[in-house]
Amino acid sequence: MALLTVRNLHARVAGKDILKGIDLEVAPGEVHAIMGPNGSGKSTLASVLAGRDGYEVTQGEVLFDGKPLLELSPEARAAAGVFLAFQYPVEIPGVGNIHFLRTALNAQRRAKGLEELDAMDFLQLAKEKSKLVQLDAAFMNRSVNEGFSGGEKKRNEIFQMAVLEPRLAILDETDSGLDIDALRTVAGGVNALRSPERGMVLITHYQRLLDYIVPDKVHVIAAGRIVRSGGRELALELEEKGYGWLGLDGGKKATAEARR
Amino acid sequence: MSTETLQELTRRPYAAGFVTQVESDTFPPGLDEDVIRRLSAKKGEPEFLLDWRLKAFRHWKTMREPTWQAVTYAPIDYQAISYYSAPKQKPVKASLDEVDPEILRTYEKLGIPLHEQKLLQNVAVDAVFDSVSVATTFKDKLAKAGVIFCSFSEAVREHPELVKKYLGTVVPYSDNYFAALNSAVFSDGSFVYIPKGVRCPMELSTYFRINAAETGQFERTLIVAEEGSYVSYLEGCTAPQRDTNQLHAAVVELVALDNATIKYSTVQNWYPGDAEGRGGIYNFVTKRGIAHRAAKISWTQVETGSAITWKYPSVILKGDDSVGEFYSVALTNHMQQADTGTKMVHIGKNSRSTIVSKGISAGRGQNTYRGLVKVLKSAENARNYTQCDSLLLGDKCGAHTVPYIEVKNASAQVEHEASTSKIGEDQLFYCRQRGISQEDAVSMIVNGFCRQVFKELPMEFAVEAQKLLGVSLEGSVG
Repeated sequence: MALLTVRNLHARVAGKDILKGIDLEVAPGEVHAIMGPNGSGKSTLASVLAGRDGYEVTQGEVLFDGKPLLELSPEARAAAGVFLAFQYPVEIPGVGNIHFLRTALNAQRRAKGLEELDAMDFLQLAKEKSKLVQLDAAFMNRSVNEGFSGGEKKRNEIFQMAVLEPRLAILDETDSGLDIDALRTVAGGVNALRSPERGMVLITHYQRLLDYIVPDKVHVIAAGRIVRSGGRELALELEEKGYGWLGLDGGKKATAEARR
Repeated sequence: MSTETLQELTRRPYAAGFVTQVESDTFPPGLDEDVIRRLSAKKGEPEFLLDWRLKAFRHWKTMREPTWQAVTYAPIDYQAISYYSAPKQKPVKASLDEVDPEILRTYEKLGIPLHEQKLLQNVAVDAVFDSVSVATTFKDKLAKAGVIFCSFSEAVREHPELVKKYLGTVVPYSDNYFAALNSAVFSDGSFVYIPKGVRCPMELSTYFRINAAETGQFERTLIVAEEGSYVSYLEGCTAPQRDTNQLHAAVVELVALDNATIKYSTVQNWYPGDAEGRGGIYNFVTKRGIAHRAAKISWTQVETGSAITWKYPSVILKGDDSVGEFYSVALTNHMQQADTGTKMVHIGKNSRSTIVSKGISAGRGQNTYRGLVKVLKSAENARNYTQCDSLLLGDKCGAHTVPYIEVKNASAQVEHEASTSKIGEDQLFYCRQRGISQEDAVSMIVNGFCRQVFKELPMEFAVEAQKLLGVSLEGSVG
């Protein structure tokens, strides 16, 4: 059975229709890449799946593990195993990174009827997982994302994912703003977390990320719809020909951004 | 920010709002010289103190209630207040067994056990119930170190020379309207004396409880730290839930002699009134310390209660190399109003001060930081750093910052930073996406905002302070 099923999903933000009929099926163990020009609805899809306020679903349904997802609160979705790596991870001054993550993990464990991890066990777990993305101990005691560099923020997202062990990870432009070394580190972490039980959705503007995380499937989204699906080669073709190739008006924008 | 969570969070009942049934000896309402004479006689005070009270009273009558603060309230009828209320029992207890069990139970309910076998670890407590001190714990252990820690009344009886020497030297009776009123009618409070070179072996704390209706509480605290000594002092406050306003006008004086350190922490949780602004304590307090050469005075306050808070714990940096600190969290919710801050008066050379103020406004609460940094001509190389941050929860509350800076010496360095923020949708969503409930997320963010101040509190109080802010304790301390 599919882990995630999206059927004919329509959604609007501030009265404007953004998603206009998305269909997507992700099976456990699969990595899907969703590509598309700016404003095509990639990040909106991520926000709708995670349950961010202000996004109104007007049609369609989403099943997670065969159960309706959209009626759950964001925290309930998290506990069910939906993880979103944020494009812009948020700073929370004064709240220790490690305290934040332990609170999150224990909230999820409580929701699942599991015992909470005590401070010692948690620290052990965190230490182990932090190696995946090469975060050192000093980093754990800093406030959540406060004063982190762009690369550190993205590594922190992957670190959180490693600790929370979601069933479905949605990575929203995790590659944006990363230099090549940071990209390698982050991709290494993501690859280490690929598993037969876990599904992943990589949202990205560029195919560059897909050199490091090789997807099983690639979808191109434009104007709120998936306009083309294929294998890895689709991404390469897109890279070569640009979004304009698919007759998408976002082609110019994408090129302009690439130059920046 | 979802309004439901805020409403939920801010609608928590006031846990300390119960009333204790004890027989009290209460003066009828009203204030004149005769009331003051009776009060003084009741306490068996020496002549000098009665004279001082009367002088204060006469001066008070010439004064006007201040109106410059950013708070509003109906006029107070000072003749409608009772100026003395005490549980019927001997004022000084030889042992705790003689204290009315109802009162002991009251403190226990508030989490302040006074029974010997249940005493708080390493914290000596002076319990002030309405107008009088009912018990002081760990007296023997403190006496061995030469530390005097007792009720103010007892200090007047046992150590009149010390009281006479220091009373009113930091906050003179003529200082301001409420200080003058307090000087005239104060009924009890705490007294601390740390001898030269002694590091007080435990935390000292006073727990103030207003119980009786229609009374005011006017306590006075005096702490004297001799040369090279150290003391950490905590105070906590609660009151029953009533629909009339009650006046609390206290005075705290700190004297830190050369090289001494006084750390003074407050967790103020007087009854704040209900959601419509009925009832609650008017907390009009004057707190000031004087720091002599290389002495340090540090104020930390967490103000969550009271209908109105009006207080400016201050430091007169008299000595060269003296240090003053002020760390504050003030939370106003519903109809609460707070106008609070500090004064740092630099007189000595190389004197330094730090001010960190965190204001949180929710509901229709109004929160004002008002602070003065004054550098006199003599204060060569004085330094001040001020940081004022405000956090708004919801859109009906207000935060205001009113800093005054007066510098008369060009070598001084004065820095002021201020920020105002709202709890962001983004922060909340980030927490919730990781599985943290909305309510816990709000607590966590607020707690993070206050962390700089909480870490200045002694452990026991840090815990209480976090509880007061509706914060889950898990892992947040230490």
